[in-house]
Amino acid sequence: MADKVSNKSIFLNPLSKDNPVIVQILGICSVLAVTAKLEPAIVMGLSVIAVLAFSNVIISLIRNTIPTNIRIIVQLVVVAGLVVIVSQLLQAYAYDVSKQLSVFIGLIITNCILMGRLEAFAMGNKPWPSFLDGVGNGAGYAVILVIVGFFRELLGSGTLLGYQVVPQWCYDHGYVNNGLMILPPMALIVVACIIWVHRSINKDIE
Amino acid sequence: MSKLRQYLDKVRPHFEEGGKLHAFHSVFDGFDTFLYTPRTTSGAGEVHIHDSIDSKRTMIIVVLALMPCFFFGMYNTGYQHWLACGESIFPFWQLLFYGFLTILPRVVVTYLVGLGIEFVVAQWRKEEIQEGFLVTGILIPMICPVETPLWMLAVATAFSVIFVKEVFGGTGYNIFNVALVARAFLFFAYPAHMSGDKVFVATGSMFGFGPVAPDSFSCATPLGQIATTTGNSLQLTGIDGSILSSWDAFLGLIPGSFGETSVICILIGAAVLLFSGIGSWRIMLSAVAGALLMGWIANSCATATYPASYLSPLDQLLYGGFAFAVVFMATDPVTASRTNAGKLVYGFLIGVVAVLIRTYNNGYPEGAMLAVLIMNAFAPLIDYCVVQRNISRRLKRATAKN
Repeated sequence: MADKVSNKSIFLNPLSKDNPVIVQILGICSVLAVTAKLEPAIVMGLSVIAVLAFSNVIISLIRNTIPTNIRIIVQLVVVAGLVVIVSQLLQAYAYDVSKQLSVFIGLIITNCILMGRLEAFAMGNKPWPSFLDGVGNGAGYAVILVIVGFFRELLGSGTLLGYQVVPQWCYDHGYVNNGLMILPPMALIVVACIIWVHRSINKDIE
Repeated sequence: MSKLRQYLDKVRPHFEEGGKLHAFHSVFDGFDTFLYTPRTTSGAGEVHIHDSIDSKRTMIIVVLALMPCFFFGMYNTGYQHWLACGESIFPFWQLLFYGFLTILPRVVVTYLVGLGIEFVVAQWRKEEIQEGFLVTGILIPMICPVETPLWMLAVATAFSVIFVKEVFGGTGYNIFNVALVARAFLFFAYPAHMSGDKVFVATGSMFGFGPVAPDSFSCATPLGQIATTTGNSLQLTGIDGSILSSWDAFLGLIPGSFGETSVICILIGAAVLLFSGIGSWRIMLSAVAGALLMGWIANSCATATYPASYLSPLDQLLYGGFAFAVVFMATDPVTASRTNAGKLVYGFLIGVVAVLIRTYNNGYPEGAMLAVLIMNAFAPLIDYCVVQRNISRRLKRATAKN
């Protein structure tokens, strides 16, 4: 089956029709945790793209040599190694953001999307399609993170990427930032709204 | 009244299939069944009986039961405002009129937003307009501080009607009390406008009517004062610095959300609900029992860390929104437990949790709102346990005989 799917659809499907967050409902925990501001959401999205793409490639390269009964351990080792690299890079070059993301970079290991793609795709496909699949799924995850982060930061703090967006004029006339947007429950409701809009556009997903 | 009936019958053809205004038929039906009982009756050969107390009539009785609290809230709003302005004469009708002017825009805004959403959704789904918002629309302004900005009320109403009611399928399908979710939304989204010592009394003049309050006065609610108390004794004061007693809390001339202050008016409302059979006495009674028990436990091991524990169990019932929440929120038939035994457990836990939150979480001066919401979530579980227990009990009886 894997040979019949074109590389293009491997890459594009996870962005919308097969989105890991809003269709497969995976990785919700980190969506709630890191999207209070836009910047950490973007960094988290990029980190997941990088880890997912390269772990997919590595597992795909050694897929024929991994003994079946210890494959989960091998996958975990590969992912853990990549996560440590990403974490160290962030601490070196983007220390503030890595402080904000705290444990959630480390917890990429436990993100269901990763193990799901490694098991379902990289174990049975060649490196190049696996790479595309990893980038596509990572991007599908990152897109949702950025949308949620955008609304939560805009409505919750009145800023975007730390810059004041809502003008002072509004505050002078009684506008107040919505404190609930900063709290995790609102991330769930924003994700629910995205799913709502997405399902009403794509009526075939059900 | 018959003129109105004739007029409605005259314009009806316009709203029926093929009429010019067919698009608005659900609006028409909504008004018609609101003003008169529905036209539908069971046909010949059917065995169903339509009770004349349909959900519109139920809602209207609840609104009537809320009226004593509503009028008292209007008077109290004016009274607290006059106190804050340092006046010593309290002209009854002026106070009432000031309160009326204060609450009117809030009621209008919540009804416009809520009914607007209901109408749009009803048209969209091609259903009849659901009547659930009749009560919610008046409850929301009544459980919020009078100084809540109008746009916040509008946002909170829209949020709770869409995300608590409509997404679950409309009136009768909501798992949480819609008015309380609006209050909770405001509480968590705009905490500075929902608690503290400035929001519970109207400060400005309304549409040019009434005096303007000076900037420097403190009007924390009794529970708000308790939460910030340090030391071993409680001294609750009104706006003018006079000492408040439990009797004041019973009458209701204390700062607080619009409709919640007067226990005596809430009792009148409770009597109406119980007499008409709409409110459940099991929930009310067990909630009071739960609050008394938890209040007694808290009071008997009172510490200075949790100042609210110095309140006597009876005061726990009188202050804050507890009485209002128990009578008008906990008894909401949609979100409460359905079984009789379940209602007792549900009410009892509301009482316990309300006092628990109020006493042992200094961040939340009032716990009744959160208690009702959390028990809304547990109500189906309670029902499930009651039903299962009944099944197993009867099964045992049946198998024992054989």
